[in-house]
Amino acid sequence: MKLYTKKAHELHDLLVNKEISAAELVRAQAERIEAAEPKVQAFITRTFDDAMAQAAKVDAKIAAGEAIGPLEGIPMALKDNMCTDGVRTTCASKILHNFVPPYDATVVTKLKEAGAILMGKCNMDEFAMGSSTENSRFFATRNPWDIERVPGGSSGGSAAAVAAGQAVFTLGSDTGGSIRQPAAFCGVVGMKPTYGAVSRFGLVAFASSLDQIGPFTRDVRDNARVMNAIAGYDLKDSTSAPVDYPDYEALLGQSVKGWRVGLPKEYFGEGIGPEVKAVIEKAVKVLEGLGAEIGECSLPHTEYALPVYYLIAPAEASSNLARYDGVRYGYRSEEAPDLNTMFKKTRAEGFGEEVKRRIMLGTYALSSGYYDAYYLKAQKVRTLIKGDFDQAFEKFDVLLSPTSPTVAFKFGDRTDNPLQMYLSDICTLSVNLAGIPALNINAGFANGLPVGLQLMGKAFDEAKLLQLAYAYEQATGCHSQTPDLGV
Amino acid sequence: MSNETMQMERDFDFEIVMGLEVHVELHTKSKIFCGCTTEFGGDQNTHVCPVCLGLPGVLPVLNKQVVDYAMKAGLALNCEIAEFSKFDRKNYFYPDLPKAYQVSQYDLPIAKDGYLDIEVGGNPKRIGITRVHMEEDAGKLVHGGAANLAGAEYSLADYNRTGVPLIEIVSEPDIRSIEEAVAYLERLKSILEYTEVSDCKMEQGSLRCDANVSLRPWGQKEFGTKAELKNMNSFKALQRALEYEVERQAEILREGGKILQETRMWDEAKGMTISLRSKEEAHDYRYFPEPDLVPLVISREWVDRVKATLPEMPHIRKERLVHSYGLPAYDAGIITGSKAMADYFDSACKAFGVDTPAGVEVADDKAKERAKQISNYMMGELTRLLNASEFGYSNSPVTPENLVGLLQLLEAGTISTKIAKTVFEDMFASGKPAKAIVEEKGLVQISDEGAIASIVRDILTANPSVVADFKAGKEKAMGFLVGQAMKATKGKANPGLVNKLLKEELEKM
Repeated sequence: MKLYTKKAHELHDLLVNKEISAAELVRAQAERIEAAEPKVQAFITRTFDDAMAQAAKVDAKIAAGEAIGPLEGIPMALKDNMCTDGVRTTCASKILHNFVPPYDATVVTKLKEAGAILMGKCNMDEFAMGSSTENSRFFATRNPWDIERVPGGSSGGSAAAVAAGQAVFTLGSDTGGSIRQPAAFCGVVGMKPTYGAVSRFGLVAFASSLDQIGPFTRDVRDNARVMNAIAGYDLKDSTSAPVDYPDYEALLGQSVKGWRVGLPKEYFGEGIGPEVKAVIEKAVKVLEGLGAEIGECSLPHTEYALPVYYLIAPAEASSNLARYDGVRYGYRSEEAPDLNTMFKKTRAEGFGEEVKRRIMLGTYALSSGYYDAYYLKAQKVRTLIKGDFDQAFEKFDVLLSPTSPTVAFKFGDRTDNPLQMYLSDICTLSVNLAGIPALNINAGFANGLPVGLQLMGKAFDEAKLLQLAYAYEQATGCHSQTPDLGV
Repeated sequence: MSNETMQMERDFDFEIVMGLEVHVELHTKSKIFCGCTTEFGGDQNTHVCPVCLGLPGVLPVLNKQVVDYAMKAGLALNCEIAEFSKFDRKNYFYPDLPKAYQVSQYDLPIAKDGYLDIEVGGNPKRIGITRVHMEEDAGKLVHGGAANLAGAEYSLADYNRTGVPLIEIVSEPDIRSIEEAVAYLERLKSILEYTEVSDCKMEQGSLRCDANVSLRPWGQKEFGTKAELKNMNSFKALQRALEYEVERQAEILREGGKILQETRMWDEAKGMTISLRSKEEAHDYRYFPEPDLVPLVISREWVDRVKATLPEMPHIRKERLVHSYGLPAYDAGIITGSKAMADYFDSACKAFGVDTPAGVEVADDKAKERAKQISNYMMGELTRLLNASEFGYSNSPVTPENLVGLLQLLEAGTISTKIAKTVFEDMFASGKPAKAIVEEKGLVQISDEGAIASIVRDILTANPSVVADFKAGKEKAMGFLVGQAMKATKGKANPGLVNKLLKEELEKM
């Protein structure tokens, strides 16, 4: 039995029926990580010993005849920007290479309470800045479908780990597409929830007004299941939303007949690869076949999303990343005769190129005399972008687009040209600016590589996205393919 | 402005223009964005948690009590409370600032457009309050091998104070003399103590004052170039720093020089202000709205709720003491200058059966007399002893009730005024009530005529030459005889009786 291809809901049934033990499952998961790691390189830190101890507790519970929760005993991994009490949290940066948080992020607390078992921390672009995981200061993660290619980013390790069977599910964070784009490249399900639906407490901030945590899973049911565990109001996060959160999994399986699905024309124009377009158009036909009503719509301010994003996100980042000064924790340059030199050298040596580029962009945008022209203007345009979506959702239940203009690209293809790299996120940025939820599912393949389909919904309409995705998945069986790593 | 003040200021060749920026630590139980205690002191880095240490991933949660207190201070300073305000980040690098930004309020403060009335030399003046805003305090650095960061071999950071809530109160540039500046700060301190939002201890840094100082020729409309003064940690420091700075600027201007816009630090030891940084070197704080907090929306009901908790303000209270108790304005001013002292006075009046509901009734003459007695004792003996001790009016070893106990013994003639003074010192040292001390030490005044008469006769017999002097018309001899009688009774004899009986006996001789 290849346990590493199974979904959480399948493994839960195996545990409940005592066909496997949690210890067997965790051991098998650890072996799979080790077997796949030389090819994939998804993990920065492994926590197998703790995982085995946790598994023993779950087994004791099962042996005692107690009921276990839907994620109890399920091996998972976290993007390395979520704080884990006693477990190193690096953000794939030299500046935090030795940082061990004394506390758990709210999502970590929730997953611990749910009994999920942490196998390790996943690689990422440094401080979540990038679209290929090539900006990790440690090593690059490879795409399990073709190890010559990038897994996407910034949550590349989390996406690749799920695709390669190294974790049943993982969490990533999405500031401009960092869950959806790697999910698309790796052919897995990735959800960027509504801003405020999942607590950011304990997520090392990149851009506070855009960051959201969400799950990577091998199918839609698992995604709904993990969302059930992590979504909800949190007193520790003032931007968390005090609304009612539904049981996402219980809502799956309903008919999508008559649902109005909008295709924003700006997302199908120039720059979208023909191979991607073809797969998406085929997927649209499938949804039409399921009874969805397809129509075209417009999000007229889409062209401004990229410049707006690259003012707001770096501005917030320049402030969020200022605390890494070598005074209290993390890397400190040893060759500093005085305080200011220590600050400068620590940051010059501790941060990588892309992070420094964005800190400089953001510092400039917030500078006295430039604030109104850049940051304030960007915030105003952001409101217009949000307005586009509000209008579109008056006519449509869900919007549909490609997640990425291309399939996974090769290592080094875009590293020389930051702007080319930024264009990887052209289909995903607006969603973060508008604060709405969006989901990637695998639409199909082009030349053996996954093509991602993005579904976007109204704020707090995650359930609808999951329902539509579930219907598509059931109709196509697109989630049943797994990459062959030869291990 | 009185003619006198005007004359005084005209004597100086420039008009002084000042505004004060006062930082006040709010006396909440916990910090502004986390649950850590705000208690002063404590071992280094023990009043901290991931949130106030600004560890990666943490988020702030606003303490509602801070909003209540800031609003209360704003209302007490006659400000408008903003229905919509927000927090912003003020970005700069310094080791005492763990996030490298301070969460503060930039363009939308919680309160603005208020005023505060002061009095200098009997002349009232209104000073405008530009704004009151909330922010978090930074930590503290301890330098090894030098007083400042520059030159230190090493520096240690203590983050206990990080995240303690502050309000910054910014005045309009309405202050025109050093006396006004000191009066403003005194009045501000008094009002804040009344509202009980801060303990206002300058020596512990819970009240800190910066000043913007500029000079201009008399009659000129435009402001001169200002210097911002920092690091004045006491009223005396404020006074000295302003005196120094005004003279420094005047000298430059007299010689035809130009004032540089800069930030200057008061050096207490050297007794001078020293340039910290010029305008060109000023920080660009890159303020922007704090994305981790939602805007603060304050309802009319919330404002009303806070308004209802405002106490009687010092100037109203002063009027009440003058009106109801007939206290001299001077006494009433001193007593109401501190809320603790005024509360003490009111408690004592109540214990003495002379309290009057605020501003309504006027006390009768007897009650007025008693109130004056209380006031005299407080302004004299009690203040003297408190100032020499570590106690204050809020925790005085002599309670208001015990003070009244002493005054009652005096009123009944049980002890003499002279004995009362000794008893009071005992009360202060031991905390015991007056009656107990008087009984323990047998200090009850002797008012028994027979007993005193016999002592008087003994003294007259023993001092025939003094009696002869008296008979010869030397009035001074009488004083000696009274002194002898008091000495013989260890001061307990009723002095009035001693005088009366001496006269009677001398006449008989």
